[in-house]
Amino acid sequence: MPMATLISIPVFALLMILQSSLFSRIPLLYGTLDLFLLVLAAWALQKRVQTAWQWSIVAGLIFNFVSALPLGAPLIGYGLSTGIALALRRQVWQYPLLAMFAAVFFGTLITHAVSLTALRLVGHPIPVLEAFNLITLPSLLLNLMLAAPAYALIGDLAARLYPEPLES
Amino acid sequence: MNTTTSRSLQTIVFVFIAVGLIALALGGYLAPLSRIVLNPIIAAQTWISQRYQAVQELVNAPQDTARLRQEILQLRDENSQLQAQIIELRQQLAETSVLSALVDFARANPENRYQAAAVIARDPSPFLNYVIINRGSDNGLRRGMPVVTQQGLIGRVDAVTAGAARVMLITDPASSVNVRLEPGRDAAVLHGQITGDLSLEMIPQDADVQAGDLVLTSGLGGGYPQNILIGQVTGVRSREQDIFKSASIQTMVDFDQIEIVLVITNFRPIDILPLLPVEEAP
Repeated sequence: MPMATLISIPVFALLMILQSSLFSRIPLLYGTLDLFLLVLAAWALQKRVQTAWQWSIVAGLIFNFVSALPLGAPLIGYGLSTGIALALRRQVWQYPLLAMFAAVFFGTLITHAVSLTALRLVGHPIPVLEAFNLITLPSLLLNLMLAAPAYALIGDLAARLYPEPLES
Repeated sequence: MNTTTSRSLQTIVFVFIAVGLIALALGGYLAPLSRIVLNPIIAAQTWISQRYQAVQELVNAPQDTARLRQEILQLRDENSQLQAQIIELRQQLAETSVLSALVDFARANPENRYQAAAVIARDPSPFLNYVIINRGSDNGLRRGMPVVTQQGLIGRVDAVTAGAARVMLITDPASSVNVRLEPGRDAAVLHGQITGDLSLEMIPQDADVQAGDLVLTSGLGGGYPQNILIGQVTGVRSREQDIFKSASIQTMVDFDQIEIVLVITNFRPIDILPLLPVEEAP
């Protein structure tokens, strides 16, 4: 397994600690920041990164290990978000920050839609409109607010793991 | 001889003059004169002294400033250490008071066995009201065990690992608890909501429910032991066309600030699902 994939395990383990013990306790209305989504979107949008799918699988598994969400829901949500980010990388590659905002916007909506659908399928009576207003919209705002710093931080990590080849 | 006599005479005159001057000075008669003489001297002394002190300060200033800066840094350091100590002690005090209340609760309910645990995290999904505690199967925790604080029921263990457990709070939308109301003893079902509020459903229309009634677990369904306090009714909603009334309730537990909880370890939930009638396919 390449180093760039292996490093995702400690990265997401650390993010899970931060997410569950810190950021989940700082809600905006009832929405919270999704560190996993920010990192996945930022990682997938890096030019030289080739391990975005592997990272999304690791993120989904670690999230599911801690969360009570139905099995597979985070995996699907993060997988779809990564797919969108990769598509945006191909389409909007000249404006990476714009692509980041778009990836976070659609990623938040997708992960929340998948979580909500999965929860309703297993019998959680969560009202969709209320959840959208009280959870999804504030989460979206928080995620968009931290999209740019997350992109910059992950850009540094990507530059270390995928250094630019020296021109001869 | 003459010389000796004139010197003695001079001495006597001087002594007299001196005594006279002293007597005049003691009597205050020389004050205006001394003021006239002394004032310029005092002024000159003051001026010279001030200039001297200014020069001395100028010469010693760099050393003093450096010393004072060092002292300020030391004092700031001490201050921050003391502040940190105060915060730590306040935290310990708060923890001690919580633990003391939990011990009181455990003493008041001796029929149960408890395992204390600290809340270390919340579920990362914003759709779920779960917390994670730092005790697991190694400490005797099992799935379904009720979790309480000194202020009442907060939830039950949903999943367990060796060193940690996930607790579904009663405020989770998927949570439902069979309760009874005191003093009327009417049965109802408590549901959580995504906003973290609690609502009572399935209250019979003929039930006499008032704001202020206590809500306790009924033990029905086998999911929770009976008589654990949950909260108080704050308002009742009733419409004639509905079969049941509903009510909102207020708990004493601040679910956002839970720090330490007690898991009731001698309670085993009963799975009544096999006893429920199953609809057979036609």
